[in-house]
Amino acid sequence: MNVSTNVPLGGPAEPLAQRLAELRGPAPQRSLNARSLAALAANPGCHRRAVLDAAGVDKTALAARLGRPAPFGQSPFAIARGVIFESRLKADDYAALLEPLRAHLGLPAGDGAPLEVPDLLHRSGPAVRADRTAEALARAAAEPEAWTLLDHPMLRLEVAGSAAYLEPDALVVHGGRCTVVEIKSFPVLDGSADPAKVGAAARQAAVYVLALQQHAAAAAGRPLAADPYTEQRLPGSPRTSVLLVCPKDFGNRPTAVAVDVRRELATTRRQLSRMTDIGRLLAELPAGTDFDLAADQDGVPARTSEQLTAAVETMPAAYSPDCLSTCELGFHCRARARCDDRVEQLGRGVRGELGSIRTVSAALAAATGADGTDDAAERLAYAAALRAEALGVAVGAGVGAGASAEAGA
Amino acid sequence: MTESISGQHPGAAADAAVARILAATVRPPAGAPRGVVVDSPPGAGKSTLVVRAARELVAAGERLMIVAQTNGQVDDLVGRLAEKAPELTIGRLHAADSRPGPEVLAHANVTPSDKVADLVEHDVVISTSAKWQWVRAEAPWRHAIVDEAYQMRSDALLAVARLFERALFVGDPGQLDPFTVVGTEQWAGLSYDPSGSAVVTLLAHNPQIEPHRLPVSWRLPASAAPLISRAFYPYTPFRSGTGPDDRRLAVAVRPDGSALDAVIDRAAEHGWALLELPARHTVRTDPQAVAAVAATVRRLLERGLTAHSEQGEGPLTADRIAVGTAHRDQAAAVRAALVAVGVPVDGAAGPAVTVDTANRLQGREYDVTVVLHPLSGRPDATAFHLETGRLCVLASRHRHACIVVARAGIAELLDEHPATEPVQLGVPVAFPDGWEANHQVLQHLSGHRVHLR
Amino acid sequence: MSLLTTLARLQAVRSGRAEPLATVRHRHLSDRPMVLVPLTAAGESGAPLAVMLGTDRDAPRLHLVPQPLNRTLRFDFLAELAADLLPYLESFAGDVEQIEGSEKDPETGEKTQVFRELCADAPQLIVPNGAGVRHLALIGRSTRFRRTVEDEEPGPYPAPARVPLLGRWLTHLTDRAQVPGSSLLLPMTGLLARHWATGQSHLEDQHLAALLAWHAPPPGLTGAQAAERAESARDGQGQLLHPPAGPATDPRFDEFVLAPAIARYDAAVAALQHSAEQRDEAAAERARTAVKDAVGQLEQVLAAVLLPTWRDVWHGLDLLRALPPAGHLEERWTGDRWSYTGHRDRLAAGEPPQPRQDDAVTAARKLAQREREQTRLDVQEALDDPLAMAEHRLAGEAFAGVVTEVVPDYDTTGRSPKPRPLVTLRTADRPHADLGREAHRVHGPSAQKAEIVAVDPAEGTVTLRVLSGMGRRKEPEPGSLPEPGESVTFTLFELTARQSAPLPEPDDTPWTHGGPPGGAPVPAVPSASEEWE
Repeated sequence: MNVSTNVPLGGPAEPLAQRLAELRGPAPQRSLNARSLAALAANPGCHRRAVLDAAGVDKTALAARLGRPAPFGQSPFAIARGVIFESRLKADDYAALLEPLRAHLGLPAGDGAPLEVPDLLHRSGPAVRADRTAEALARAAAEPEAWTLLDHPMLRLEVAGSAAYLEPDALVVHGGRCTVVEIKSFPVLDGSADPAKVGAAARQAAVYVLALQQHAAAAAGRPLAADPYTEQRLPGSPRTSVLLVCPKDFGNRPTAVAVDVRRELATTRRQLSRMTDIGRLLAELPAGTDFDLAADQDGVPARTSEQLTAAVETMPAAYSPDCLSTCELGFHCRARARCDDRVEQLGRGVRGELGSIRTVSAALAAATGADGTDDAAERLAYAAALRAEALGVAVGAGVGAGASAEAGA
Repeated sequence: MTESISGQHPGAAADAAVARILAATVRPPAGAPRGVVVDSPPGAGKSTLVVRAARELVAAGERLMIVAQTNGQVDDLVGRLAEKAPELTIGRLHAADSRPGPEVLAHANVTPSDKVADLVEHDVVISTSAKWQWVRAEAPWRHAIVDEAYQMRSDALLAVARLFERALFVGDPGQLDPFTVVGTEQWAGLSYDPSGSAVVTLLAHNPQIEPHRLPVSWRLPASAAPLISRAFYPYTPFRSGTGPDDRRLAVAVRPDGSALDAVIDRAAEHGWALLELPARHTVRTDPQAVAAVAATVRRLLERGLTAHSEQGEGPLTADRIAVGTAHRDQAAAVRAALVAVGVPVDGAAGPAVTVDTANRLQGREYDVTVVLHPLSGRPDATAFHLETGRLCVLASRHRHACIVVARAGIAELLDEHPATEPVQLGVPVAFPDGWEANHQVLQHLSGHRVHLR
Repeated sequence: MSLLTTLARLQAVRSGRAEPLATVRHRHLSDRPMVLVPLTAAGESGAPLAVMLGTDRDAPRLHLVPQPLNRTLRFDFLAELAADLLPYLESFAGDVEQIEGSEKDPETGEKTQVFRELCADAPQLIVPNGAGVRHLALIGRSTRFRRTVEDEEPGPYPAPARVPLLGRWLTHLTDRAQVPGSSLLLPMTGLLARHWATGQSHLEDQHLAALLAWHAPPPGLTGAQAAERAESARDGQGQLLHPPAGPATDPRFDEFVLAPAIARYDAAVAALQHSAEQRDEAAAERARTAVKDAVGQLEQVLAAVLLPTWRDVWHGLDLLRALPPAGHLEERWTGDRWSYTGHRDRLAAGEPPQPRQDDAVTAARKLAQREREQTRLDVQEALDDPLAMAEHRLAGEAFAGVVTEVVPDYDTTGRSPKPRPLVTLRTADRPHADLGREAHRVHGPSAQKAEIVAVDPAEGTVTLRVLSGMGRRKEPEPGSLPEPGESVTFTLFELTARQSAPLPEPDDTPWTHGGPPGGAPVPAVPSASEEWE
């Protein structure tokens, strides 16, 4: 639901932005939006993902070229449901949307203060829309008594030398402050909702809050508060609790729930500040590396799959099985982790038990007692002895299909 | 808030808070809520408050029951009460298969029994919440004191609340939350989530209760209180009851030029020190880190330290030192390593160094602590290792100095930690986030770093 | 995950096959389980799309909702499901045994002998995965409060009569599934993961076909390769060769197969409606055929994505049945039978449906039960399975060894001396055996407690003073002590789960927890008009 575009800032491109553009090649830049910015927190240790995201490389297309396409997709039924829910909320001058907001925001019912819904020039380009949003927000914040709804405003956030444009579902402005409203189509059932989905929504909303905080601080000529938990009370600055509007129980009636995003805000600030460190990662890439996904007029790709694979290999990945559901390259990186015999293929937690042992072969060698010097190796050998004793086989013979058959006997 | 606690003399501020709490507990005005809640940061005089409240309630003609969470806490409290309030008759209610420690029974005014009927006539009856849950409500007390209330689970309070009419709940909200090993998602967000903290439930159902706060830590030195307050209690700041010159660690034996001695000297001078081992991924019981902890403790004892404080001066003996770890196997490894270098760890045989996990060090106090950092040597940080309360407990047990032993690389580990926590609707967000707290402490420690090769 | 499990996974990576994590089967399997594979309509929580179920692997039955957005069709589906599933669930209610017990007379306080009915067997539902359990819980929640045509005030959207009853059973079964070790409702992925390790992560093990791929990879493929094929291989039309085990369907199936089939159904229904309005009988006849064909086509495409999972679940049952049952299965299954009998009795007594949320006391009771059962499960699995006991040995919570010496000794502090012999054993284990710590003998002739009195890690010996389980005489009963040369195992944890402390009745909920439910305003039971469209 977030249409946004990345545009280099005016004036000569910064060296960082230029280097990132070279990596990407002539392919269109994949925009950074709130969702992709929030996703940076999913695996901050992965240099591969950090570079590809910063350069705006289309990871879905890249994964397909690498031979293991991303398994993600959205059912047309789910999309339709989301669209229907949002349009129902906005019908009749936002009647259904405002209803659940009243209790949370103290919005007067019925004939109270009329609601202002300024035109935010939705058909214009992102820069124009962002300026318009800024104006509308400033005007709304200047009238504490008024109630203003900004429907799909456009926010600007500078990320690693580029301006990312972000589009929250709505902002409600009153009392000189604003509240981010996110519309989600997962239900709130008996007061609770899928924690993973609420968490993702909170991280996404935190990106909006941060953009609004930066904007408010800049407009007031003040630095952003150093402490991420501080709620700066500046004109137009956002509250750190956002409102999620979701279907209630099994119906289509909306309900609103407040979610405190201070924790997610701190995380987002941290991750975005890391994005500026991207230059350090770029410096480690061999000269001439790029991820050009374009093809010439005859459809001949600029880079072969082997070249792309080699280019991807120049950036170390921090694979864990969680990547399969959060990153387009998950299946590719899993195959590499398996090829390299790495223990991470079994999960993040496994490494904690194996200490400095990094490969399956090394771990199994340790289990046979070949290397008793290391503490992890010693524990593995002990575990292997216990396992062999329980299964009634000799140490080292516990590997193989034979063990399965014997255990069943 | 900061002005109001820093403008006043710490003693006066603390006295005023205690007076308000005692008035609300012993002489509640008509219509006052049935519960009084006291949030106490580390070492803010919680036990002293419990003793005073008990004395005043008994003096006002009441009998009372005290609920603590572990047998160790109960024995500590019994010992303290017996000593400070010799006029009280104290019943120590215990489970049939766990007799209280001998030092508790040495007090003439303490009577142990596993049957509450033997004890009801005593002024004060103390037991664990687990034991109280089995007591039948034939003679309900009017007053109760619940100690370490934030560690108590909501379902335990549900089981014991029938025994009393009014209660004083004291505890430290910054310590480790209660936990369970089974699924409880279906109750997340409910005010009475049985696996949640008793105080959270109590406050949700009794919104008229305004928690009191003890604003001054008498345990933490001036070098530690600001960091602990900022990192772990961002919305409820507290200060140290002593000034920078009130506490001093004097080292008799000159440093031998080793990293161990350097770290001890730093800790003696600044109250904090970080002994950093080279970066390496290790198993939990990292033998080198464990050995470094043991060697540090041994040097602490060898170098003849003296602790000077507002309470006088005393030698830093083994029983004034604690080692804190995250896991039990780490504690076991440290204990073995200490025995190997000749440091006593068995309290039954004389003064000994305490070695325990954060969970078991809650509520305890030492002059110097040596902490094996929960994230040391880990290839990954888990929610367990990042839990705010764990680090808070480990970093706030000391009166003089805290030495942290860790492998390099924790900052990078924190940086690479995925932040994709699920969010439960209706569950108040706990502050601070474990990441931020860890980061703050680490940043402070990095100013007092000594490398061990 | 423990190091032993990690080791098994590492071995599976190397062998390319699943490796055992148990030497016995730790969950009860019914002789007549009901396999149930549900599918949900995307985008809406708990909206059913289809279900394949049955107790005969060769005769699965399919029910479906031809247009998932249509409430009436959804009710029709639920009514069909109720008519299919309830007879199975109720078929265990009649055969009972009488269990003797005692009850305290509330007035006299005297104990009197009573007999309680316990159903001789209980139903067992097997679904493919944990998401399937959650889906059944949602169906239970969405149906158990609905008013029916038989209610006095049926409301605007009455449900067929047996639908709320289905909801109450599903709620009971999904709630019981939260109790560790229970077996009334089990996900196949969980069952397999308990008994075998694959060379992939827990996350990947949630995919039933990928998990099973490690058990029987096609010739020439490793488990990892077979699993990846199960996860992602697609045919020429872009459809997965092995559909996911649900309840969510593959988005590309929704887009290219399901959506067109539903559209065809919608068009046929619209044509039928139109012909009825036009009173055009010939057109109506054609339209009726078209509707039937459209439903037939939906049946075909849904059966095609359900059948592979249906076979997978039965394949999983075959694998599990090959393991010998653990010793304590019968005891835990009796708990399931009590649970089933209790629900049967509540229904018979006309009690209202389970509330939306537990009250404070009920929540605390359930938590206590789950914790008690978790402890019991851990202990029983360790007693039943040397591989489970190995976990505790590795963790330092148990140790096994050979007795080297038994020295008689006595406690002479009492009136008559009691036997307190010293048993020394040699062990390669490294228990956290602090002196004075209590230890418990495993598989002794009777429960036997001991205390650790000496540990010599260098020699690998542990000496224990035996405190109980030796009879009442001055000398230990013959055979009550282990003999030198005998292999013994001791645990440092108790071998029985402790009773939970009593909790007040809900009506006695104390002030700390808001007082009795109903005293404070609680949300009313959702009305029959709860929107559902």
